[in-house]
Amino acid sequence: MTESLLVIDNLEVEYPVKGFRRKPFRALKGVSLDIKPGECVGLVGESGSGKTTLGRAVLGLAPVTGGSITFKGAEIGHLKRRARRALSEEIQVVFQDPYSSLNPSLTIEQSLTEPLRVTKVSSPDASRRVRMLLDQVGLPSNAADRLPREFSGGQRQRIAIARALALSPQLIVCDEPVSALDLSTQARVLDLFKDIQEATGVAYLFVSHDLAVVRHLSHRVAVMYHGEIVEYGEGDKVTSDPEHPYTQRLLLAAPVPDPIRQEQRRADRSRLIEAQKEIDLQASVH
Amino acid sequence: MTESALNLSPDPASEQRAVGSHLARRMLRNATGLASMIVLGLIVLAAILAPLLTQTDPALADVRSILQPSSAAHPLGTDSAGRDVLARLLHGTRYSIAGALLGTTVAAMIGVIGGLLAGYYQKGFESVSSWLVSAIMALPGIVVLLAARAVLGPSLWMAMAVFGVLLAPAFYRLTYTAVVNVRHELFVDAARVSGVGDLSIIGRHILSVVRAPIIIQFAFVMGIAIAIQAGLDFLGLGDQSVPTWGNMLNDAFARMYKSPVLIVWPSLAVALTSTALALFANALRDELERSGKTKKRRRLAGAAAAAPVLAGEEAVVHAELGEDTRADLLTVDSLVVGYDQPDGILKQVVNGVSLRVKRGEVHGLIGESGSGKTQTAWSILRLLPDGGRIVAGTVNFDGKDLAHLSDKEMQKVRGRRISYIPQEPMSNLDPSFTVGSQLAEPMRLALGISAAEAKKRALELLARVGIPNPERTYAAYPHEVSGGMAQRVLIAGAVSCEPDLVIADEPTTALDVTVQAEILDLLRGLQKELGVSILIVTHNFGVVADLCDRVSVMRSGLIVETGPARSIFADPRHPYTQDLFAAILEDGAARGQLDHSADRHTATQGVTP
Repeated sequence: MTESLLVIDNLEVEYPVKGFRRKPFRALKGVSLDIKPGECVGLVGESGSGKTTLGRAVLGLAPVTGGSITFKGAEIGHLKRRARRALSEEIQVVFQDPYSSLNPSLTIEQSLTEPLRVTKVSSPDASRRVRMLLDQVGLPSNAADRLPREFSGGQRQRIAIARALALSPQLIVCDEPVSALDLSTQARVLDLFKDIQEATGVAYLFVSHDLAVVRHLSHRVAVMYHGEIVEYGEGDKVTSDPEHPYTQRLLLAAPVPDPIRQEQRRADRSRLIEAQKEIDLQASVH
Repeated sequence: MTESALNLSPDPASEQRAVGSHLARRMLRNATGLASMIVLGLIVLAAILAPLLTQTDPALADVRSILQPSSAAHPLGTDSAGRDVLARLLHGTRYSIAGALLGTTVAAMIGVIGGLLAGYYQKGFESVSSWLVSAIMALPGIVVLLAARAVLGPSLWMAMAVFGVLLAPAFYRLTYTAVVNVRHELFVDAARVSGVGDLSIIGRHILSVVRAPIIIQFAFVMGIAIAIQAGLDFLGLGDQSVPTWGNMLNDAFARMYKSPVLIVWPSLAVALTSTALALFANALRDELERSGKTKKRRRLAGAAAAAPVLAGEEAVVHAELGEDTRADLLTVDSLVVGYDQPDGILKQVVNGVSLRVKRGEVHGLIGESGSGKTQTAWSILRLLPDGGRIVAGTVNFDGKDLAHLSDKEMQKVRGRRISYIPQEPMSNLDPSFTVGSQLAEPMRLALGISAAEAKKRALELLARVGIPNPERTYAAYPHEVSGGMAQRVLIAGAVSCEPDLVIADEPTTALDVTVQAEILDLLRGLQKELGVSILIVTHNFGVVADLCDRVSVMRSGLIVETGPARSIFADPRHPYTQDLFAAILEDGAARGQLDHSADRHTATQGVTP
């Protein structure tokens, strides 16, 4: 058994709510998770489940109020800005919206060299690295001098991936990186994620609302609901034969692209909901 | 659809690379921009070349020749102290502009830096600085300037510097709001994750975005500063020893009856400069805003540009599965939709679409972004955005050609016979009216029923679409209901006037998957109950499989394959449809468990300290 790269233990995140003496909003209520080197852990949930908050907490962008995040044995949940910056070489991010994750007024090269400049890479080296990165994500090297608006959503997401790879990190937090993309583009970008993982051994925390996307890419899958992880296990098992009632509902809610099987799934879903209602009713009686 | 290949025309690339020079060129083409720039250029030139244009000392008084009319020695005559008016006017340009520039620069420095820091760090910094700004704004400007003069003595520069402090809130407010908007953009987060320090983030990412509005504000404020500065000198509060337009006005005003023409020159100079600056700022803003608009339109119409028009290609038509005796409700024939571009070219986004929807049928229009599916839906409703129009083809709806109906007649069709369910439920409810009034009012108008009757029906509808407490939702404002509830309300609205056809534009895309399943159930139930036809625009094959009797697959403004849903899902024939099906991840193989070879790989790669 290899040692875990990232261990999240009983993590709590609370956002202050505006107003005098209002109770803060608890986005995460004690979440535990671990990621091994080279592993992809999928994090599924609906909007408001806290999945994005968990990703942001790992990146140091959310206020951690309890529990711990340990990266390679060191606690990183409560680091100050300056100490946090040193981690940029190890933990990187790819965001959901390819339109706002690149500064519209900087060229691709300027965006890609940004992380390199922080680590004092000389500019000819940085330039060479940029071309290498663009090549790695399947973009021509002349893309470097262009502005983000000249690229489609899928191309921008490739650029965002290149930026995340610039410092050869060990973990990339991917926050819904394909949900804004078209179907055919989505499949290709997912394959790129897979190829890069196989080539570099980077680990992913892959956040998505789409069970099918997570299943395609993740070794293990965690399901979040109302700020808690309700199910965590092997990817295939969680996404095809889940145990928790919520995961079951989630699985059956996604329509299958086949009219005949979808009719079947619809029937299964209403049966499941009826059955779960029954159980809830019995639980409330006792 | 080959998104990794750069299918970009070289033209926009080169045009956008030099954003700055591009803007300058557009400003030159803008009539107001050009005129104001010429005037400003001449004024600046006059200020710079003042000593060359006139040899006379502006301060040289000559009591023998006071209030002289125009002559060879004094082209614009002399003033009450016998000083040369032209020389004073030209040298006054230097002082007036320098003074205004000083005031505006002080204001911009304080305001922009304060706004950047307050907007970025918020919390403590924000409360202190907004308190200071409010205090400055509460101070009566003229009183402060008088006090400053009393304490520091009459000085043009001091007065303008104090004035700059008083004007700083104009820049602070602007910068602060702009920064707050940019601060939460993902690229700022990405830079933080990359380890970029706060100051570099502010300088690099935030300043570059707020730059344009600050430049515009600068021009506006400078126009004001010129006028205020002249005003101060005119009232005699300035430094009388330097020649400024205001001092000239002061002098001319005192001799108004003897020599009225004297007041003309400084007034003209002040008015011309202030107006030119204001117009310059206006033109700059117009050009910057226009670039935003064309950009948006380009994205909207991008698909047609990327792929060539394939009007010759025949769609694959699947055979009917059985006898269908239902009448056609909607028949779209060879529909072409285009957008007029600023350069007069028509950009086609729909290139000849034909489709039909029978009574009581659910027809799915599926395609990727930019395929023209939404454009097709909008043109059936005749709700195309500005610049868009139906170029050719007919839209036959129950015997009427909607493409050629007058706006007034179309009004009668929309909402009553054809209704619409949008993609973003929240942005389609007016936040300042209750949900109930937005539901009841159209019914009252369309069906001609009383307000009480409309309310009763609205409550029934809300109950029908599965809203647990209709009374409460009826009285609620849109922000008080969830996205799923809002979509239910809009569905209730869409069926409220008993339409024949509902056009649903990605009705579940913005919703969670469990809510989507509920909304699909609701749509299916309502469709069965009311026998209404639905044209549903979507990119999700699951939604089509769940709901549709018939499917049309769109690409580049054309339908490539159409037929009964079951036969297309069983046997997609067009290569594009086959590609789309191949990209579907549902039922795909899972990744499996992490094997140890991957572990070894990381181990050999080593851990960088």
